[in-house]
Parts: sequence; C-alpha cells; structure tokens
Amino acid sequence: MSFTKLTVSSLAIMACAAAASAQSRENVQVAGSSTVLPYASIVAEAFGENFDFPTPVVESGGSSAGLKRFCEGVGENTIDIANASRPIREGEIEACAAAGVTDIIEVRIGYDGIVFASQTDGPAFTEFQPEQWYRAMAAEIPQDGAMVANPNSNWSDIDDSLPDAEIIAFIPGTKHGTREVFEEQVILQGCEDSGAMEQIMEINGGDEDATEEACMAVRSDGVAVDIDGDYTETLARIDSNPNGVGVFGLAFYENNTDKLKVATMGGVEPTTETIAAGEYPVSRPLYFYIKKAHIGVIPGLKEFAAFFVSDEIAGPSGPLAQYGLVADPELADTQSKIESETTMSESM
Amino acid sequence: MTDATAGAPAGKGSLLEEDKRTKRRNAAEARFKAYGLGAIGIAVTALLLLLGSILLNGLSSFQQAFITIEIPLPADALDQDGDGALDRVTTFTVKPILEQALIARVDELNIRPVDMSDSDIGGIISGEAPATFLDFVRNNEDLIGENAEFNILANGRIDGFLKGRVSMESAARDSNVTQDQLILTNQLIENDVIEQRFNWDFITNPDASENRPEAAGLGVAILGSLYMMIVVLVLALPVGVAASIYLEEFAPKNRFTDIIEVNIANLAAVPSIVYGILGLAIFINFAGLPQSSPLVGGLVLTLMTLPTIIIATRAALKSVPPSIRDAALGVGASKMQTVFHHVLPLAAPGILTGTIIGLAQALGETAPLLLIGMVAFVRDYPELGLEGFTDPATALPVQVYNFTQRADPAFVERASGAIITLLVFLVFMNAVAIFLRRRFERRW
Repeated sequence: MSFTKLTVSSLAIMACAAAASAQSRENVQVAGSSTVLPYASIVAEAFGENFDFPTPVVESGGSSAGLKRFCEGVGENTIDIANASRPIREGEIEACAAAGVTDIIEVRIGYDGIVFASQTDGPAFTEFQPEQWYRAMAAEIPQDGAMVANPNSNWSDIDDSLPDAEIIAFIPGTKHGTREVFEEQVILQGCEDSGAMEQIMEINGGDEDATEEACMAVRSDGVAVDIDGDYTETLARIDSNPNGVGVFGLAFYENNTDKLKVATMGGVEPTTETIAAGEYPVSRPLYFYIKKAHIGVIPGLKEFAAFFVSDEIAGPSGPLAQYGLVADPELADTQSKIESETTMSESM
Repeated sequence: MTDATAGAPAGKGSLLEEDKRTKRRNAAEARFKAYGLGAIGIAVTALLLLLGSILLNGLSSFQQAFITIEIPLPADALDQDGDGALDRVTTFTVKPILEQALIARVDELNIRPVDMSDSDIGGIISGEAPATFLDFVRNNEDLIGENAEFNILANGRIDGFLKGRVSMESAARDSNVTQDQLILTNQLIENDVIEQRFNWDFITNPDASENRPEAAGLGVAILGSLYMMIVVLVLALPVGVAASIYLEEFAPKNRFTDIIEVNIANLAAVPSIVYGILGLAIFINFAGLPQSSPLVGGLVLTLMTLPTIIIATRAALKSVPPSIRDAALGVGASKMQTVFHHVLPLAAPGILTGTIIGLAQALGETAPLLLIGMVAFVRDYPELGLEGFTDPATALPVQVYNFTQRADPAFVERASGAIITLLVFLVFMNAVAIFLRRRFERRW
C-alpha cells in the first residue's frame, strides 16, 4: 500500500534532514537594509563568480530588522553580516553584547544620495531649497507669534520661482532610514534657513528639543504622502500624478533617468561627484557590520568583506559606483580595517 | 387537455396569460439571472484584465537579445603567470577581451557611428557575459590560444530597445544608454550579430543582481519550490490522511474529538504569516535547521497545508456511502480492512484533489517564507538530491516579489514572466487534480 511507503519515506527524509542539519553552513548569510541590498547582491554575484566560495545569501528587511537578527547571538543559525543605511545605535550594541555578540567590525561602503525627482513631462521642478521643502511639508508654521496649520497648497504660494502646481510629495514612510535623513537634512535645515526655527523657539520659550520636533513634524493633511513600500511604489505614484514630487535614492534615479527628472537642492545637482565632494547636502553613509566571531568559522566571510570594499568593486569606477553608490574617499582605511579585523571597540 | 383554455375556471384567469403575481415572480427571476450574469461578467473581466496585463508585460521575458561574435582566447591574458592554470583570471580581467572582440567586429563591418567611444561599444555587452565566458574557458582549457564563437547576452537596455521598451527619445534622457548605442544596435541587427531568441535561460538561470537584469532567471526559485512541494507532499499527505481516517472512522465521538475538530477547522483559517513565526521559533531557533532552506520552508508550508488536507480528506471519507462499510463488515472484514480495502480507495480521488489544491495553495505562498529567510538573493543552485533540501533557495512567488522591488525597469517584465511561470505550474497542478477526479470518480 502506497500509504505505508509514504510514511516510511517521510520518516527517512526527516532522518536525513536531521543528519544534514548537523553539517556546517558553507555560505555567508547577509541581511538588512533594502538600500544596501542591491549593492550587496552585486558584490555577492561577483564574489561567487571569482572565488571558490559559494555565493552569499542576501536578504533584505530593513536596517533595524537586520541589526536585530545580527544581535540574536553567535552561531551558525545567526547571520554573519548586517547591512545598514545608518550607523548602529548604542542600544543595538548593548543588545548585541547581551546576546554575546561583542566583537563587531563596522565597515562603511560609501555614500548614498537622496534626490528629489518628478515626472519628465510634469511642471518644471528643477531647483529646490531646503527652506521651500520645509514650508511645503511642515505641519505647522509660525505666523505672527503663533503656530498655525500650514496654509501652503501650491508650490507658487511658497516661492514665485516655483511652478504653479499643487503640492503633492511622496516621501519615505517612517519605517525607512531615508525618512530620518530627509527630516534632518532637508526639513530641519530648511526650518533653520527660513528663520522659522528662531520664531518657533520664541513661541516655545527656548525649548530646543521641542523646537526641533516642531520643525520636523510633517503635515498629515494628504499633501505629504508616506510611501512605506519601495521606490518602485514612489515611481508608480509619480507616473500617475504629473504634479507629484518624490524622494528617491540616487541609485534608483540613475536607473530611471528616462522617466524622472531630478531637481537641484540648494543649487547643487545630485551626482556621485557632488555627493563625494560633500557639496550636495542630502546624503548618508551606508554600512555593513561583521560578526568577528564568525570569521574563520564561516568560510569566505573575511574574503567577502574584503572583496566588498576592494578598489575594483567599491572604487569610483567599480560596479557599485556604476549602479549609483558614491565611493568613499577613505576606502583605503576601511580596507586596512578589515585586513586587521579591527572591531568597533578597538577603533574607538 | 387540448381545450385547457376553454375549460379554465372563469375569474381565475388564463394559464397562458400572466397575472400580476406571476409577472412579479417572473420579473424577480429575470432580475436574479441578470445579477448572476453581471457577477460572472465582473469576475471574467477581472480575470481577463489580470491575465491580459500579465501576458502583455511578461511574454517578452521569454525572448532575449543575444550577441553572436567570435572571441579569441588569448593565452597571455588568461594564463598570466604562464603556469597553465587559470588561477588569477577574474571576470574583471576577461571583460576587456569581450569588449575588444565586439569592437573589432564593429570596425570590421565598418558600422561604428561617428565619434562613438570604445567603452560605449563595450557597454552593449551584458555584465553577465564575462562570467559566462570565464565559465566556458574554465571548462575548455584546451581551446586557449584559439578562437571560439559565443552567444553572449546583450545589455538590458539594448534588449529593451529590441522589445520596444527603450526608444531613441527615452535614450536621450537615459543615462544608462546612448543613442549611438541604439544606432549601432540597429546596424548589428542588420548584420546578424545581434538577434532575439527564445530565452531558456529565463527558466534555468539563477537570479541576477540589479546591474544585469537581462541575466536574471527562475532556476533557483523553481528548484526551491519543487523541493518544498516534495517536503509538503511527503509529510502532509500521510499525516493528514492518517489523522482524518482516525477522526472519521475510529475515534469515539466525544467532547475531546469535537474540540480537535473545531481546532482543525480554525487552523485552516489562520493567516499564513503566523506559520512563518512558528517555523522561525521551532524549526530554526529551537531545532537548529538551516535558515533559507527548502526543508524549513516545506515544514512550515506542511503545517499550513495540513488542515486543508484533513478537511478535504474527511469530506471525501464521509461521501463514501455507509452501505459499502456495512457490506464489508457484513462479510467479515475487520474495521481496518474495511477502511483500507474499501473506503480509502473509493475516497482516493477526493483526497488527491484536496491534496493538490492544498499544494497549489502552498506553492503560491510568500508570507511565511519571509520570516525563515527564503525571501533572499540566492544565486547558487541547491544541490540535486537530499543535501539540496538544506541548501539556501528561494521560491517562485518570492522571486516575483523580489523582481518587483528592483530599480531597473527591465525587472518589470521579468516579474510578469515569473508570474506566468507560476500560473503555468498552478494550472498544471489543478489540471492534474481534475484529471484524477474524472478518472477515478465513482457514482452511486
């Protein structure tokens, strides 16, 4: 009877599985930021082609989720590398240490620019200032000594140089690391530039934290639309809304230059060169974190990390820069850091 | 009753003439039919729109632009230290060989657009080509020093030009392709250097990174899905069937079995992501099975499919008439003989249909796989055979999800292509279910 056969074979499979699980993991396991994911997969692919090690497995899920899994402990069932689009936080280092992950190597792979783009055929959004974004996005702005709900509904209300078009912005949702950068480097900067900060400070009676918070509060009346998905979702929204302006990563924009036109910020055009030179104001470093305890245990881990930041990959003419990464001018330091396996506590 | 009209009682109206009430009832029926047709119409339109858009977007992913050129295998470049081993060759060192070969061919045909740079010509070649080339050289070391003809992939933008996704106008704005490259592509097509062909690689290749959408395929995902389905079939079928036979035929009917029954029905309605959390906690963190492996994925999907199979099997067992059991018991068969020799074979078509529908459901599931690490970029095929069950892999619906998240517009087509492949698998499985039911179904 086939029923008995099936039962026997299922038991056999389970036994084999148990036996197989005892064997050690051979591939490097990476997880974390969806911004770093494309870079990590480009490197993983090239690593698999040029080394005798298996291709690393790269998962996404976000910087915080990745670091959380990274800090689960040491061992083959935990990941070896966490990608992050922001530096690891103090609390995360503590959580790591509590789980036994004490030696962490921090690797900065380069910089990512954040750009403001709209439909190619839409209104002429070509030049922005942080100040204009603050006045378009703020929930409340100071007026005659009191905070009032943001009255601006048209870009030309804010500045005559901007096109006469309804304000509709697609900005990253709060779960994205990009949102933090957007709030701090654009909105907060704009708040300061426009002089609104001083006025709010007066209204608040000098409370700095409350002022910053009031500056960075984004309006929720439908003018600023949070996008919790990926940039592909932002692109789809822009596609169907000629007046929409979206916030994208530089790499995403560079792959879709035929559909999007980019605006300058503070008079600087976002390119890998202007970002590397520090002229373009909105950018952030990208990192990955290595568990030192796994070096030597998981085959190819150190080689993968070294390959990731090698000149031919992460340098200015490598495939990562070609995809949109802004190469780190201090790449040589990073390379020697991996060579000597310098952990975060040692380098401090 | 030839004179029924004449004989109809006066005042009650004619049977052939509708009175008010009949009219109302008939109108209600006509309205209901119209609603029904409307409902079917909506469903069919939705299906057609969905299929239409997917086919329109995705069919092109089965075609791909290839460049056919003769490439030299220079001994000095491939074997740099002259020891006969290919130890220091990388995809970076062989890339110029391919580019030079294409440039030479272009100049030989004398079709280079004015002022087009060498690096722009090299840009027509896919980033995957050096790896393909290197693979070939490693497997054919005896050919070093000679020439060999190659079919290498063209860049995704060039492929998009052949498919109409990229045009001269869009190229003017696109920083990843130049108009010169497109003009040269047209020339190369005329000279039979570039041509579009059916792309088996889309089915067999592993996933590729965002720099080379033209090389991305479903190989690893198909293998991963297959391995998971094997695990589900091998575990869920016997366990599910055994559980239902016991519950249906042997278990006493009391409060305890009632509770079990209600719980199984509830389990069938649990959102699938919950099984993912369970799988992470039990199979990976507790049992220590490797993450991202089809074995864990299969175990999680088994948990998800079990209730479906149990419910279908119990319905199939219930539909076997009691007279069959009575007759078997009557001629002296034991309870177990009755069940296994008579009831189970008659219920088999129903059980198989339920199982296949459960499998089809599991095949399309992504949510639980997210938590066990199968939503990932995996480029190495899982090994064939038992070890493959513990190697990292992805699954077909996961690949669709991954493709839709990528920046390069070429992945839109590949996502739809992956959906078509997934649908073909689902239609095939459902067809098998229908066939089995037709073939073995009995009526009483």
